[in-house]
Amino acid sequence: MTTALALAFVDPGLSAQSSFRSIMDAMARPGTVVSLSEQVAPPHPLSRGGAAVALTLFDQDTPVWLDTALAAASDVAFWLRFHTGAPIVTDPRQAAFAILSDPERAPPFEAFALGTLEYPDRSATLILQVDSLERGLSLSVTGPGVKDRSTLRAMPLPPDLPQRLVTNRALFPRGVDLLLVANTAVAALPRSITLIEES
Amino acid sequence: MNAPAYNFAYLDEQSKRMIRRAILKAIAVPGYQVPFASREMPMPYGWGTGGVQVTAAILGPHDSLKVIDQGSDDTTNAVSIRKFFAKTAGVQTTTSTLKATVIQTRHRIPETPLREGQVLVFQVPIPEPLRFLEPRETETRRMHALADYGLMHVKLYEDIAQHGRIATTYAYPVKVEERYVMDPSPTPKFDNPKMHDCPALQLFGAGREKRIYAIPPYSNVVSLDFEDHPFERYRHDGKCALCGAVDSFLDELIMDDHGRRMFMCSDTEYCETRRALGNGAQGFSKATEAAPA
Amino acid sequence: MYVAVKGGERAIENAHRLLAHERRGDRNVPEVSLRQISEQLTLAVDRVMTEGSIYDRELAALAIKQARGDLIEAIFLLRAFRATLPRFGSTEPVDTGEMQIRRRISATFKDLPGGQVLGPTFDYTHRLLETWADEPDEPASGQAQSEPTPRVTDLLGVDDLIEPSPQSGPETPAGDLTREPLAFPAARDVRLQNLARGDEGFLLALGYSTQRGYGRTHPFAGEIRLGEVELEFFAEEADFALPLGRITVTECQMVNQFQGSGTTAPHFTRGYGLVFGHCERKAMSMALVDRALRAHELDEEIKAPAQDEEFVMSHSDNVQATGFVEHLKLPHYVDFQAELGLLRRLRAEFEPEQTDDAATQEAAE
Repeated sequence: MTTALALAFVDPGLSAQSSFRSIMDAMARPGTVVSLSEQVAPPHPLSRGGAAVALTLFDQDTPVWLDTALAAASDVAFWLRFHTGAPIVTDPRQAAFAILSDPERAPPFEAFALGTLEYPDRSATLILQVDSLERGLSLSVTGPGVKDRSTLRAMPLPPDLPQRLVTNRALFPRGVDLLLVANTAVAALPRSITLIEES
Repeated sequence: MNAPAYNFAYLDEQSKRMIRRAILKAIAVPGYQVPFASREMPMPYGWGTGGVQVTAAILGPHDSLKVIDQGSDDTTNAVSIRKFFAKTAGVQTTTSTLKATVIQTRHRIPETPLREGQVLVFQVPIPEPLRFLEPRETETRRMHALADYGLMHVKLYEDIAQHGRIATTYAYPVKVEERYVMDPSPTPKFDNPKMHDCPALQLFGAGREKRIYAIPPYSNVVSLDFEDHPFERYRHDGKCALCGAVDSFLDELIMDDHGRRMFMCSDTEYCETRRALGNGAQGFSKATEAAPA
Repeated sequence: MYVAVKGGERAIENAHRLLAHERRGDRNVPEVSLRQISEQLTLAVDRVMTEGSIYDRELAALAIKQARGDLIEAIFLLRAFRATLPRFGSTEPVDTGEMQIRRRISATFKDLPGGQVLGPTFDYTHRLLETWADEPDEPASGQAQSEPTPRVTDLLGVDDLIEPSPQSGPETPAGDLTREPLAFPAARDVRLQNLARGDEGFLLALGYSTQRGYGRTHPFAGEIRLGEVELEFFAEEADFALPLGRITVTECQMVNQFQGSGTTAPHFTRGYGLVFGHCERKAMSMALVDRALRAHELDEEIKAPAQDEEFVMSHSDNVQATGFVEHLKLPHYVDFQAELGLLRRLRAEFEPEQTDDAATQEAAE
């Protein structure tokens, strides 16, 4: 049975710590691309970066939603359950995390938990697997964590992402947080950012 | 018997993951207190368990850790916490504000300006800035939800009516990014302006009250005040007797029963660094009437 | 890496050496063994296991010894150890109806199926200090009870005279405040967990206050039972419940004044207490406070401390309480200096005013 499993973190404690610091750094400095040094080889279409984030943050207390492509690959759900213990849910509103391997076809953000005014933390974090954090749509953002402005490029993304970010910001302190994950790098667009320019 | 065996930085991986998720939420909603399932730590609640849990969740083998209490690296509680991490995480420790990557603090923000990439972890006893005005969690949570901070302004204004000025000298409430009113932990209000536009990430851990909150780098942090009673910093009007600093927060030491007092920097590392650079002793000075700096 | 510090580190090390010395006491007196503590200070061990939230007599005995008999310190030691243990899951619900009874009393019926069993109790002892010159007599042994011993609440339940006990299934797992942060209003499962871990003295005082009218609930000790129950763990891989062993528990079911409405017939209500080992006072106090905390659910006016969920649950934990009270020992001189500065300024502003007032007074005269 174990031969069917792809590699997970070699040293779970230290690898998770290192990945977490990258994710935390990305979240604290929105739009900044931070390298993810821990490498794993998960089943397709789960990306290496997506898998590293999953191994770092998921466990039995975090229901996870998978997009159509990921849900169709049964070994992805098996890999996630085996290595993280996270329950896979089909209702996006129940998910603490969602992995989107095909961000261009991301469901509306409102489909996920947005938190409440009393508990804005009861919201989903969306992990968008992207091919590149160097090319693609350019987004300039400002807000907490950003000195003046920060410009991020990524592809592929939901085509209407700028409008979605504006809508998400208007919900603050409710809303979803986005992690954009390439194979070896991560960037974040938490709900606190304000989009100032796109091109 | 189960032989006690402990993990890197003490906490088990599941606890760390839970705390890490709370930290990310705290960063995403600056100033909002994220509830987390705080663990019993091997030190008492109220002695820094929140800060210790946050530090344990972020600390790695490449970090250099500084721990201060009352601004000093060598107070007993700072020593005890530093030893705990040196023992459970084998992490490098330092007293240098400049060299540290993670600084855990109780009651002070270092005088040396923090830089990008550093994390300042505060130990917080009562994270709810409205708690002493309204003891019920259900009520204060509703106030935060509606950004209804009238009660806090009434309290500050009552101070002015009674004392002629805002009579809050530490744990002076701030508003983060124009949304959440936040308790900066019991730091003297002298340190409040350091939180604003700070290049370092500031994380706050309250273990007993089970809350984590954060101020991302370069955030807007404003001390609450009124147009006719603007916020003012306070330090004793004096010089450090050891290094001559006139810009640092001072501790007052009573020398005898004839009013002889001495001031010295509360931030011991700042003081030592200044002395190493050739700034000299200034001798004793009689306590002067305190005035705003 | 070692960092040289001035004084603090030496002071701590010396203090800990002194502590170890004091803990040992007079070295001419034999050291107390964990077995002695576990066998002869049984009730201290039971309390530490209950409030420490670990069922392990040997660890609890070790904690009591290390804490020099300070039970709150011992509870703290167990809790801190517990926080590092991996969690495999929850056991199946314990069936106290199947308990191997050692003590079982009811204040509501003179006799009942299974009988009244006085068991090992301080009740009816005369509180006279004794010195035991001889070993106590062996107790008489008899056949273990094979007759079923239904709970009083089950007997009352047959005629619907008492509200039914809420049932839960696998779809509604019990909450766990050590894994999920407490949020208000809290459900009864989490409240009961909080009370089970809560300080015995605090719950005793609160329970007592309800009897004196601060949130009166008209309680009857329906039943108190002490004995051994089986623990089972449902293993998904094996697809059946594995026996884990037996533990000793004390259960108290209070039967409280009735409730009824236009749509439901009047019936008694319940207050529940369950603890590890033999902690009867704690189980009874817990049942009283549990019932008082149900005020909201039962449409009773909330006016007493014991009915106030936020007040009770936020202050019941002695590890939290002792930490925060004792943290006042830590240096606070930075904040004190800030307060001192303000006080001096306020006094400086006050004194000229006083002089001015006096001058105005004189002029007027």
